[in-house]
Formats: sequence, C-alpha cells, structure tokens
Amino acid sequence: MTNLETLEILPGRDREGQAESFGSIRLEAGDCLAVVGPTGSGKSRLLADIEWAADGDTPSGRRILWDGAALSPRQRIEGSVGRVAQISQTMNFLMDLTVREFLRFHAQAHGLEDSGLEEEAYGESQKLTGEGFSPDARLPGLSGGQSRALMIADVATLGAAPVVLVDELENAGVDRRAAMALLAGRGRMVLLATHDPAMALSCPRRLVMGRGGVRGILEPDPDEGLARGELDRIQERIELWRSALRSGERLRVHPGLD
Amino acid sequence: MAWVLRKWIFMGISCDSIPPGGGGVGFRMVTVAGPPTSGKTSVLRHVLRHLTRGGWRIGVAKFDCLSTDDAQAFLADGIQAIQGLSGGLCPDHFYAGNLPEVMDWGTRRGFDLLVVESAGLCNRCAPHVRDQLAICVLDHLGGVKLPRKVGPMLRRADVVVLTRGDLVSQAEREVFAIHVKRFAPGALVVPVNGLTGQGSPELAGVVKELARPARSVSDSRLRFSMPQAVCSFCLGETSLDRDHQAGNLRRMEIAT
Repeated sequence: MTNLETLEILPGRDREGQAESFGSIRLEAGDCLAVVGPTGSGKSRLLADIEWAADGDTPSGRRILWDGAALSPRQRIEGSVGRVAQISQTMNFLMDLTVREFLRFHAQAHGLEDSGLEEEAYGESQKLTGEGFSPDARLPGLSGGQSRALMIADVATLGAAPVVLVDELENAGVDRRAAMALLAGRGRMVLLATHDPAMALSCPRRLVMGRGGVRGILEPDPDEGLARGELDRIQERIELWRSALRSGERLRVHPGLD
Repeated sequence: MAWVLRKWIFMGISCDSIPPGGGGVGFRMVTVAGPPTSGKTSVLRHVLRHLTRGGWRIGVAKFDCLSTDDAQAFLADGIQAIQGLSGGLCPDHFYAGNLPEVMDWGTRRGFDLLVVESAGLCNRCAPHVRDQLAICVLDHLGGVKLPRKVGPMLRRADVVVLTRGDLVSQAEREVFAIHVKRFAPGALVVPVNGLTGQGSPELAGVVKELARPARSVSDSRLRFSMPQAVCSFCLGETSLDRDHQAGNLRRMEIAT
C-alpha cells in the first residue's frame, strides 16, 4: 500500500458560490468519514475532488492535501487509480478466473505473490458474507454479495490505495459494519457515501452535503448512540429473517414460538 | 510530444508559450483513437463542453467505417462537426488520405482546436500525427488483456483515457492501468466516466495544456506507417482460390 499519514480537505464553495464554512477536515490512517445528503447534494463531486486531488481548480474550488501538501499535476492525473480505490454496487468481475487465481493475479500485479496476503484476503472475504464460497469458485458464479465481499477484502488486503471511496453499499448482502472495520483496521482511510443510518453512524464523523457544498460536520451524540443500538437490533432481526427465508422457513414476528 | 509533457509537468509551462510549428494552420490539433464503442464520443462531448465554455472554437471530424451519427451529437452541442465513412476502402488509408482536406476545413473555419476522432481503424494502425496531441480511449470492459492487443494507437499515444471504470472491480482497474503503463510508458493515464463526465474537467485541462499548434499539411507526418498490404483482396477479390491471390501476401507457418 502507498504510504499516507493524513488527508486534508480544505473548503471551497457550493453550487451557488457560497464559501463552505468548515476550517478543514483531516483524516488519518484508519479514519472513516460518512458523507450524507440527498441525490444531487454534491456527494459525488466531493468524492471526485478526493479522487483527483483537487487543487482549487475543480467546480467546488476545494483543495485536497496529501500528507500536508498538494500533489503535482502529473501525480494528480496519473496516480488516481493507485491512490484511491473505489467500491460501488455497479462493479463486476470481468475475468473468468477462480477466486484463488484472481487473488494471485492481483498480488502478482503489485509484486506481492507469496506474501501470504492472498490467503488473508480470502479469509477476510469469508467473514464478510453470509454465504461462504470456495477459493476454487469461479468469479462469474459468485452472487452479488459474495462478489462485494471479495472486492472489499481484496481492496483492504492487496489493494495499493490508502484511500477507499465506498459508494452506496446499501443492499450488498455483506456484513457492512465488518467491511468498514476491515478497511479501517488495515489502515485505509474510508469515505463512505451512504443513505443508510447504521452505516453513517458507524463512522465517528459525518459530512452533511447540500446544494453542492458541505453544510455541516456531525459527530454521533449520546442519543444517536441509543439509535445505533436500536438499529443493531433491527439489523439483527432482519438477518435472522433473511437466513430463515434462505433456508425455506416461514418468517415469524416472535421466532421460536411456533 | 515528450518534451512538451516534460515541460508542462516540471516547469508549469503552458502551450501558449510554445511557438507554432511550420506553416501555421491556425489551430491546435488532437487525434482521438480507440476501438469501436470504447466511449470516445461520450468522453469528447464532455471535454469539449468544458473547452467551449472556456471560449475555444472547436471543430470535430469523425472518421468511421460503416455508419455513424456522431457528428449529429456534436452539432447538438453547438460544435461544428463533419464525418467521413470509409465504406469499402481501407479505413486507415481513407483517414490519412482525407486528413489534409479536414485540416483545410479547420483553417477555413478558424478553429482554435481541431479534433480528429477515428473509430474502426484496425489495431495495426494509428491515426496519430507527429507533434500533435494523441489520445487513445480504452474501455475497461474490454478486459485486462486489451492493452496488449491494441497496438500503435495505444503505444504511440500521449494520453490514455480509460472509460467504464465504474463497472469493474478495483483490482481489475489497477491491473488494467499497470498494463497500459507497460505498453505506453510515457503516457498520462486519465480515467473518465463517459456517462457522468467525471474526470472530464481534468482531461479538458490536459488537452488545454498539451494540444499544440498544428503544422501545415505538407509538414505533417503520421506517427506510425500504414500497412503495405497491397494485394488482390484490396482490389475486391473474393475468391479464396490460391491461383486468384496476387500481390503482398504472407503465408502463416502451420505445423503439420
């Protein structure tokens, strides 16, 4: 992984030209920042500013500092793939390889073969999905959830990028909180665009976007801690129902009373 | 082109300070090549929108083999555009043979930028012109082996634009970029989303900085020579009979 200690977002302006009111937003390795707001509020522009290491020259006028400094023009344009990883609902595996071959292929590209990271990536992927899969399973045969689990585990362990942009991972069929913990635990900085309350509350800070600009920065308060507990219980219940559904059982409001 | 890249990157010099070459046709020129449906037109429409907003007068010439309505798309954006179909002719030769006329059109119309977009050239060829900015557009959906198969339109390019990166896994994006770098080591690699336009302001910036004033037609040369396959099939022969074959043909060596 490329080394990166800090990432800093300096304010620009919203779509109406109003200056953003925050001083600066600083992320460190292992940090997680949720980005919330309705469609069209400017989430994508913010993520694009980070992907491109904006230097006051994008429509937002924001600046992104990598370890305290702006990147050179060549670094900015060339490095975006190796610097910022992306995970979204729309991504697919195109290669017709087995899981094992795929991880080997990615490891080789970064000169990481025989580092043990391939096995680690596979192991992590199994913790993220309710439906395990074999290392000899072929990529095109994986379900959406299994694919997403493998992508996240791969980005966290074998990926080159220190920054990970996660976009709308709502119904991916993966343990989303475990996914965030894995990415952050591996020292990645995670930016998470989401409409999902449980996901948003799993980050220590969230940016509220509107009219193309950052409207505010919220940290979960004690009441939200309670809300988070409630969300966990709801989530647990949904998981129970989901696995009941999978195994052909009937869904019951009070399980075990049949 | 390499020295322009270096200058821009290390000294921050823009093209405005680079003197025009040769006869001074009055416009900067950029060639845009890539396999069919790689997203060239979508990417260009976004990029040219940024450049016209910046006050540039732009003309687009689109070369294609069998059918295209891309000129309509540019015209709808308020950009002057013409198109040429090679039909029964070798598309590469058709392109090179007509480029002088296209350049004259660019001078007559007084463009600041002439964009020459070509699809359907065979992978053996490249439309890129010496000392003029050369862009190659590749689609991630072509798979990670694509860069190896594209040939000189990638290898002789200054800028490689990668499209549909939002549809493939991060690992495949990373490996794709590594392969592109291997075959076009000096090129700038710019991911652009042709649907949303993400990355297009950045690419517009690259074009602005790197597009150079074009040379006169008589001073212009292709970066890569055309194939020399002048054979009976070029003349319309359809029979596979060996006796009907004539001209520049090469036999494969096939093991018994």
